[in-house]
Amino acid sequence: MGRYSIGFIAQRLGIFLLTIWIAASVIWLIPRLAPGDPISAMIMRMSSSGGRVENADKIIAGWKERFGLNDPLPVQYVRYMGNLLRFDFGYSLAHFPTPVADIIGLALPWTLGLLLVAVTLAFFIGNFLGAIMVWGRTPGLIRAVIPMFMIFTSIPSILAAIFLIYVFAFLLEWFPLAGSYPLGMKVELSWRFISAVIWHATLPALSVVLVNFGYWTLGMRGMMITVEGEDYIQLARAKGLKPFYVLYRYLVRNAILPQITAFAITLGSLVSGQVLVEYIFGYQGMGNIIFAAITSQDFPVIQGASFMLIVITALAVLIMDLTYPLIDPRISYERN
Amino acid sequence: MGSTLDTSGLATPRAAGLPRRMGRFNRWDTPWLNPKLLAGVALLLVILLSGLLGRFFWDTDLAFSGKAPLNLPPVGFVNTRGQAGTWEHPLGTENSGRDMLALMIVGAPNSFLVGVVAAGVGMTVGVILGFSAGFIGGRVDDVIRLLSDVTVTIPSLMVLIVIQSLMRQVDLTTMALLIAVFAWPTPTRLIRAQVLSMRASGYVHMARLSGASTWAIMFREILPNLTPYIFASFIGNATGAILAAVGLETLGLGPQRVPTLGGTIYFAINAAALLRNMWWWWGLPTLMLALIFIGLLLINLGFDEIANPRLRRSSQ
Repeated sequence: MGRYSIGFIAQRLGIFLLTIWIAASVIWLIPRLAPGDPISAMIMRMSSSGGRVENADKIIAGWKERFGLNDPLPVQYVRYMGNLLRFDFGYSLAHFPTPVADIIGLALPWTLGLLLVAVTLAFFIGNFLGAIMVWGRTPGLIRAVIPMFMIFTSIPSILAAIFLIYVFAFLLEWFPLAGSYPLGMKVELSWRFISAVIWHATLPALSVVLVNFGYWTLGMRGMMITVEGEDYIQLARAKGLKPFYVLYRYLVRNAILPQITAFAITLGSLVSGQVLVEYIFGYQGMGNIIFAAITSQDFPVIQGASFMLIVITALAVLIMDLTYPLIDPRISYERN
Repeated sequence: MGSTLDTSGLATPRAAGLPRRMGRFNRWDTPWLNPKLLAGVALLLVILLSGLLGRFFWDTDLAFSGKAPLNLPPVGFVNTRGQAGTWEHPLGTENSGRDMLALMIVGAPNSFLVGVVAAGVGMTVGVILGFSAGFIGGRVDDVIRLLSDVTVTIPSLMVLIVIQSLMRQVDLTTMALLIAVFAWPTPTRLIRAQVLSMRASGYVHMARLSGASTWAIMFREILPNLTPYIFASFIGNATGAILAAVGLETLGLGPQRVPTLGGTIYFAINAAALLRNMWWWWGLPTLMLALIFIGLLLINLGFDEIANPRLRRSSQ
């Protein structure tokens, strides 16, 4: 633990809390900048999309009282922040008595599982390809083919998802069209269920991996070029070490470390991309509940789900920041 | 393109009969003319121009619902009901009678508009903040760095979803400006890092010794050298902005009254176009967006080669 100082941990924690506070404030503030109040706006949208809403005035007055929208703004703000701290996002409007937190609780594990698998795969595949792109012993053909895969990097995961569904689920029927496990199947810890989950998750995970591995490949390639020029690589070669040993012991180990910090910067867009993929695949995660909530004008769910994803992203960045000095001994956060 | 890259004064050696190896000093041999950059620019220009000029040859009113027969396939294909495509609607039509060709003609430039507006605003703010942070330093630097560190980790799509789901009508520009709120941290960080390293470099010391003012150093010495970085971050930002816009549009949160590529995908998915095998409905906007993103990627790789000479050498 010698590498940490109180100041470093406090600073990282501060950034984490500040991120969440700013995101929460923006989510709270913007609806209130718009003319009218959130409830009237919602009722108006409901009536414009689904015909007349009976007793709209009474509903608006009732909800306003219920949500305390008649109180002064600072009071509302403090109460809102207090509720967020307890993960109390209110009740879903579309499935009324269900608390938003329950809906999120059901979807979140699916999203986290898929995200973890997809990001890990993308990271390892990407870095592996980046490393062998620079390694002198890689056959020329492979080195020429890898850049072609870079094309995928530029395409948003949502477009890749649509394409994959069409080819592998609709035309070839190798994979299911939607969902995260067969309808009606009992959720249990059996091989049958787990294999069904993997089978359903393959295409969604593949869309995230295809689109993201190239980012790591490019970064790894740049780092590998830098490390290759170092004197200790020359020495390792001169010593007559096996080329593959030099690759993974000397080159990759030194080049991969800055890649881990790059995680922090890309995580936000990764999460956004995956939410869209889940929606396209009808995968039971956050993307699906957000889309369902948008369709049914269920604002508390949209707000709660988005806020939860922001918290998780910030938390992941915090964890990465705190573990990085343990992984890379060259970095020390002690006060100098 | 910036005085530092102008090699025209050196173009004579070749004419003087020096060996071909000196072709490096040819005026056409600037890194600004690398094939990736040119291919990317050409691809985007073709898409943009066919969108802008297409309006004069094709009735764009057809991009709205009820203007054409429903569910027609493109020319040369037959749909599930046995109808063949006609030249009246060469790319087919969709569920509510929108003509796909008209949708593409109107939709593609709209994507560009969002990208340019959001990236332009985000980059201008980013350059100003990056320069301030790098040059003024101290407290200003601390605050700017903290804010960009914080903003860069927020998944912006989530905040945008919350905002747009509450706004009843968004137009393209409003959406672009909302996206721009999250587009400044990346250029800020990039410019700041570059300014910090250039501030300590020889030519800036030289300029300072010869009595140049801070403004002159910033704008006449450092800014021209940042051009490739600024362009690259503009392209990166535009990519991110179009990506965010497509995300919002496919979720049904985009502009309702203007045809967009993402909006077309939203309608297609909602009407189960995938299961009805109406591939042209979701396929054409997907392909169009993919081409736009590939063009942007090529331009970005091209700028990389300009900004990073090491990549130029290793790619040979």
